[in-house]
Amino acid sequence: MKRKCDQCDRPATHHSVEIIKGQKIEKHLCDQCAADEGMAVPTAHTPINQLLTNFVKLHSSGGGSGTKQREELVCAGCGLTFSQFREASLLGCPQCYSDFEPSLSPLMERAHEGGTHHVGKVPRRAGRSEVRQQQLTRLRKRLEHAVSEENYELAAKLRDEIGVFEEGGA
Amino acid sequence: MIPLGQITQQAGQWLRGSGPHHEIVISSRVRLARNLAGFPFVGRSTRRQRADVLQRVQRELTTDGLGWDVLWVDLMDCDPIDRALLMERHLISKHHAEADHEHPRAVAIGQDETFSIMVNEEDHLRIQVLRSGMQFDAAFEAINAIDDQLEDRLDYAYSPRFGYLAACPTNVGTGIRVSVMLHLPALKLTGEIEKVRRAARDMHLAVRGLFGEGSDAMGDLYQVSNQTTLGKSERELLDEFEHKVVPEIIAYEQQARQALARQRPAQLDDKIWRAWGVLTHARVLGTEEVLQLLSHLRLGVNLGRIAEVDIRTINELFLLTQPAHLQRVAGRTLEQPARREARASLVRKRLGV
Repeated sequence: MKRKCDQCDRPATHHSVEIIKGQKIEKHLCDQCAADEGMAVPTAHTPINQLLTNFVKLHSSGGGSGTKQREELVCAGCGLTFSQFREASLLGCPQCYSDFEPSLSPLMERAHEGGTHHVGKVPRRAGRSEVRQQQLTRLRKRLEHAVSEENYELAAKLRDEIGVFEEGGA
Repeated sequence: MIPLGQITQQAGQWLRGSGPHHEIVISSRVRLARNLAGFPFVGRSTRRQRADVLQRVQRELTTDGLGWDVLWVDLMDCDPIDRALLMERHLISKHHAEADHEHPRAVAIGQDETFSIMVNEEDHLRIQVLRSGMQFDAAFEAINAIDDQLEDRLDYAYSPRFGYLAACPTNVGTGIRVSVMLHLPALKLTGEIEKVRRAARDMHLAVRGLFGEGSDAMGDLYQVSNQTTLGKSERELLDEFEHKVVPEIIAYEQQARQALARQRPAQLDDKIWRAWGVLTHARVLGTEEVLQLLSHLRLGVNLGRIAEVDIRTINELFLLTQPAHLQRVAGRTLEQPARREARASLVRKRLGV
């Protein structure tokens, strides 16, 4: 059972303990009463790029070696570097999540109120989806390569293969 | 394909002002961010990859696939006024409307404009469902069904730990954004709106203006939406909105309305009747000005202090007085001074004077 606000019946979301002259004073208030009391500190939602800047600052001031390693992180899937991500706040491909995981995790935790793992909808085909995702990524990459090499014969073949694969075969 | 011109004469279903709590809650919106496996995210895709995504999604939605009766708008070939029009109708984002001309992107619009699917915005797919008034459950059920059907045909990028993978890590997990458009004129007039903003931020909610990110709260219209998408289920989030966030803001606005009516009746009526006076007689009106006046008029109708006009007309005017709508109706590009005149004349006509 959640604690109720000291002043009304809503659930308390702001809690403080003050010690004044050896006397412990506890306050439990809801958002509105806390705002009225001036207890709710306006913690504006920090945009991700600001979080990132703070994060980077934290690491560059706290001794260099960690920072260097982090800045050199490169996603093997799309070639995005962690510093490029830091500038644009956007990841390059699904694989960035696994390749940048150690550096990303603390950021995500802060952006999502401490959330670290997905809770919620799971695709109905989740079981086979990971293997499929990898296979698809591989095929798509080979296709990109074939087209850039102007190897249209191979490209056509790969397109067909992708088509069959996406229709649920293969 | 339905020509865009046909949709300019009235508002989408979500603006009809009929849903639950419609005096304060204009609309409920749910959107999902989804990406296709095998491709880089949009920002890092080549032009060809973007075109591939577009083609594949179009095929799955229409003829060879689900056979949905959607209006498919290729935004690369689209007139800038039409793109602005779609943005004003909340069918595409500002970002999607204004992106580089060469960037292959599209939007699929459902019947009655109750859903839209942006393709190649920040994520491959941004699916949204809009409902009039407070209808989070209905909106979620509809979007979930759309998502299930798409997922049967498209491989989504998904990981067991992070859920649906999105280009921006702030959208990862459920990829869901629940938002509500609220009309809060009394909180604005009484100066209490800052408290709402603060309380919302404390609850990790974003408060934005009429057109989302970076837009001001014109016409006392505010969009409140969640920011957390990882570590919370869709259900938890919807319940929070339905049973906690929105009812509290509604109660707060209602208190402010009652307080105004009780303690400042003359000033309140003055705002309402001045708005009526200006709207029915002005010859030149600016965008922001018209929204502010419509806001006061809407408040007056909801409080039963003026009966000259109905809510639906006011809701429609919120939309039809926007720049792209005015130009669409006029059938040509209008410079700002001409738009201001056209706006005043449209308002007078719709208000029947």
